[in-house]
Amino acid sequence: MAYIPNTSDDRRKMLQKIGVERFEELIDNIPEKLRLKEELKIPDGLSEFEVLKLLKEISGENSTAEDYISFLGGGAYDHFIPSAVSHITSRPEFYTAYTPYQAEVSQGTLQTIYEYQSMICELTGMDVSNASMYDGASAAAEAALMTCSMKGKKKIIVPRSVNPLYLSVIKTYCYGQKIEIEELSIENGIVEPEALQKKISSEYAGVIIQHPNFFGCLEDVFSIEEIVHSSGGLLTVIVDPISLGILTPPGEYNADIVCGEGQSLGNDLNFGGPYVGILAAKKSLIRKIPGRLIGKTVDINGRVGYVMTLQKREQHIRRDKAVSNICTNQALNALSACVYLTLLGKDGIKEVANQCIQKSHYLAEKINSLDGYKLKFNNPFFKEFAVETDNEPGDILEALYKKGIFGGIDLDRFGIKNSLLIAVTEKRTREEMELFVNSLSSIS
Amino acid sequence: MEIRENLHYTKEHEWILVDGDIATVGITDYAQQELGDIVFVELPEVGSEFTSMESFGVIEAVKTVADLFAPVSGKIVDVNNVLIDRPDLINSDAYGEGWIIKIEMSNNEELNQLLDAAGYKSLIGD
Amino acid sequence: MEEKLIFEISSDSKKGYTLPALDVQAKDINELIPEEFQRKSDAELPQVSEPEAVRHFVNLSRKNHHIDKGFYPLGSCTMKYNPKVNEETAKLDGFRNVHPFEDERFVQGALKLMKELEEYLCEILGTDVVSLQPAAGSQGELSGILIAKRYFEKLGEERTAVIIPDSAHGTNPASVSIGGFKAFQIKSNEQGKLDIEEIKKYVDKNTAVLMVTNPNTLGLFEEQIFEISEIVHSRGALMYMDGANLNALMGITRPGDMGFDIMHVNLHKTFSAPHGGGGPGSGPIGVVERLEPFLPVPRIIKDGSSFKWNYSYKNSIGKIHSFFGNFSIFVKAYTYIRILGAKGLKEVSENAIINANYLLKKLEKHFSIPYKDYCMHEFVASGENLKEYGIRTLDVAKRLLDFGFHSPTIYFPLIVKEALMIEPTETESRSSLDSFAEAMIKIKEEAEKNPEVLHSSPQTTPIGRLDEAKAGRELDVKYDK
Repeated sequence: MAYIPNTSDDRRKMLQKIGVERFEELIDNIPEKLRLKEELKIPDGLSEFEVLKLLKEISGENSTAEDYISFLGGGAYDHFIPSAVSHITSRPEFYTAYTPYQAEVSQGTLQTIYEYQSMICELTGMDVSNASMYDGASAAAEAALMTCSMKGKKKIIVPRSVNPLYLSVIKTYCYGQKIEIEELSIENGIVEPEALQKKISSEYAGVIIQHPNFFGCLEDVFSIEEIVHSSGGLLTVIVDPISLGILTPPGEYNADIVCGEGQSLGNDLNFGGPYVGILAAKKSLIRKIPGRLIGKTVDINGRVGYVMTLQKREQHIRRDKAVSNICTNQALNALSACVYLTLLGKDGIKEVANQCIQKSHYLAEKINSLDGYKLKFNNPFFKEFAVETDNEPGDILEALYKKGIFGGIDLDRFGIKNSLLIAVTEKRTREEMELFVNSLSSIS
Repeated sequence: MEIRENLHYTKEHEWILVDGDIATVGITDYAQQELGDIVFVELPEVGSEFTSMESFGVIEAVKTVADLFAPVSGKIVDVNNVLIDRPDLINSDAYGEGWIIKIEMSNNEELNQLLDAAGYKSLIGD
Repeated sequence: MEEKLIFEISSDSKKGYTLPALDVQAKDINELIPEEFQRKSDAELPQVSEPEAVRHFVNLSRKNHHIDKGFYPLGSCTMKYNPKVNEETAKLDGFRNVHPFEDERFVQGALKLMKELEEYLCEILGTDVVSLQPAAGSQGELSGILIAKRYFEKLGEERTAVIIPDSAHGTNPASVSIGGFKAFQIKSNEQGKLDIEEIKKYVDKNTAVLMVTNPNTLGLFEEQIFEISEIVHSRGALMYMDGANLNALMGITRPGDMGFDIMHVNLHKTFSAPHGGGGPGSGPIGVVERLEPFLPVPRIIKDGSSFKWNYSYKNSIGKIHSFFGNFSIFVKAYTYIRILGAKGLKEVSENAIINANYLLKKLEKHFSIPYKDYCMHEFVASGENLKEYGIRTLDVAKRLLDFGFHSPTIYFPLIVKEALMIEPTETESRSSLDSFAEAMIKIKEEAEKNPEVLHSSPQTTPIGRLDEAKAGRELDVKYDK
């Protein structure tokens, strides 16, 4: 077999050295009744050529953002990824390394994560970022656990403008410890500060909001911050990292924890994963941060180097008292984010954010002017917006497929009737958007 | 390794220096050696109250973490804030500058439950 | 050589990307985003050209040890060689560029692949159903623990404890706590295995789950596992298996047949998805039929010749991942299983076991071996015998780096002093194992004759031993200008 270097002759010699005649003697203590009597019912092995062909066939049954003009978002976005990103992450030095347990032979991984942490702090305005979580949803869920642990309370407020998929994961994570999630209804697509004020009390450990929120709208983060902090709670803000090229970093409005989905930062769509969860916080929360954290230090000769630090928060040391159970994270996806942010740099992140804003507003205005369509909410938004339609959204999407367009997300699946959620990244051209608008106007 | 005669000890490797109703608490020389380089001490708030054997804080070394237990019941009247920036003082001077808290004891009789120097010495098998 | 931070090689107005010019009429940003929502100063990201960026990351990459370069005997981590074809298939446009919100009809290939992978895993694990959703082993554990929680809740039983042996991975007790149970640790017996008497003593009506790894973290097969399952089941509790060590079992025996009700498997270990310097992984869970209603949603169902998402499981623990899990890892695992087939998978486990026993044999005279038995895919040695020379296991680990090997997992499992946990995997050749054994033996001789060499190791790595105390005391976790 191509992936097993030892020949049968090698095996014979090795068994001899071990002092047994047959392999079976080595597994003598697996009781007979537990032994598998027949071969696994798995198809016979294929050659590499055959498997490539097979997988090409299977992948060919999918349609992609290359085949269709995509206006899909909802937490995963079709941003442009510079070629250098995958060239770096495809280096075996990065992708075939394990967790950097031996720092002396892992400085590549360790330094890049330190750089990733620094960039996330720079974008979010926070003091400390961890090395990554699984995805945006689990980062938000861990923020909920962290908030309750900090405050010693078991209630959290989450408004309905948070991505419903994230809300679902937050609930799953909180179920075990019986943490109550109080959902806050929204008005015109955003949290109404008065409603939050009414609901909140010192019983709550904190509030988790999303900004820009699931509907793309900007929340009144400044009023929300005052309300949350004056009740003694912690404020978590879920962000779209691309938006922070232009939007105020949450650190500046005194958020305690920032989390978000880092897929936009140089990671492929990949049918939903692997992505990378961002989690950053104020320094005062550093000992409650889940996951790995890389710190700078020196070696015995005084040379600068990097190590995993504050490990005693983690499961392998603290076991049942660990702040989180996370072990493996999304290091390679964090590396993609690091390389992406390096290539874009200070100007690029602004330019991408600006193009998203300009183009999404261009499209929103055009759609809003069509008969039978109007913007669902009249609040400022970033790159995504909800449209209310006279026609069935399902029928509209059907008609758009025929024109080669993925026209957005039918919000019916989240209990919102007659609405589409439309995302526009810098990749969409004016021509594509005009095709979209013309196609919409020809439906009805 | 140093074990001082004038102190009380616990099985959790803490020392207690008694002065009237006030007990000063730290960790022993043996404990600091076992833990290795200490990097952080979580201190309780002055005024908070603990019962004997209740955890009042946490001490962190590079790769371990240990709970700190109140050897006697009482109220915290002072904490060694210098440790916040200089946790290494516990390594360099466990019985002196590395003290951790002072407790106003609510029940001096609890002291009878503690080990003396000889008892602690035999505990750690020295 | 020291590689500066990317921020330190940055200079004004450089950039490493190009974007098309904006093709819509640009509006004043203040008209679109009210000024109060805009950041006052730019995010100080680095400013470098593409060649500078690439050189920076390439130079950094060269400071890493990795499996393509050399042996990586980290116990419990299964650092096997990852077939290159995995990377090719995962990068096919038809996988890489699929959006998770696409309508089912556009993702039939992806759903089919996932469904078939679920079926293969069911067969390998001997379980009834699998959910691929958890993003890593520990998330699989948490999902499994929450399933147990929901199961007992539905039964109306209040069970609060999960029993775990003292040799368990740290994630086990951590997942148990996050899942809202109390972790109760029991002692292993003198052979390093589950102590059936302890289990009889502690498993009672308050016990929800017995959570074990098999083969355990000492690399030993729990031969009484079936009897243990019977005891646990007779007391109404569930059996959970941490599948981190599945590489020893494929085609030989199955967790489901041992009586396990819930298990997770690490696709990034046994099924050859590369580890990426710490992730991404993937931690599917398998359960017996009566626990199926509690699995995460959505589930894939077959409807005639097409596949659909199904969200309508009212007793489900809910979602555990934003979308469906780490999909590209599924593609890699699927590719691997299809290339190997049933015979190949069994060969993998057989060769992993032979390699481990061979290495054990070569080292047993030189290091103390706390549990003497044939091992499965890994074994644990101890550096106890070197203590008299003032040498600790950490020194052995660091010295190994000078020989071009990664070190084994050290100081774990906790029940072995000065532990060295060694897992060679099936992808190492006999000569590679011989070289590693030679290095270990040489290091032992150095420990006896010239311990200073070990204390001052590593010498040949990009950097020397690092001051972890300084890193912990003077926390510096981000660049500041």
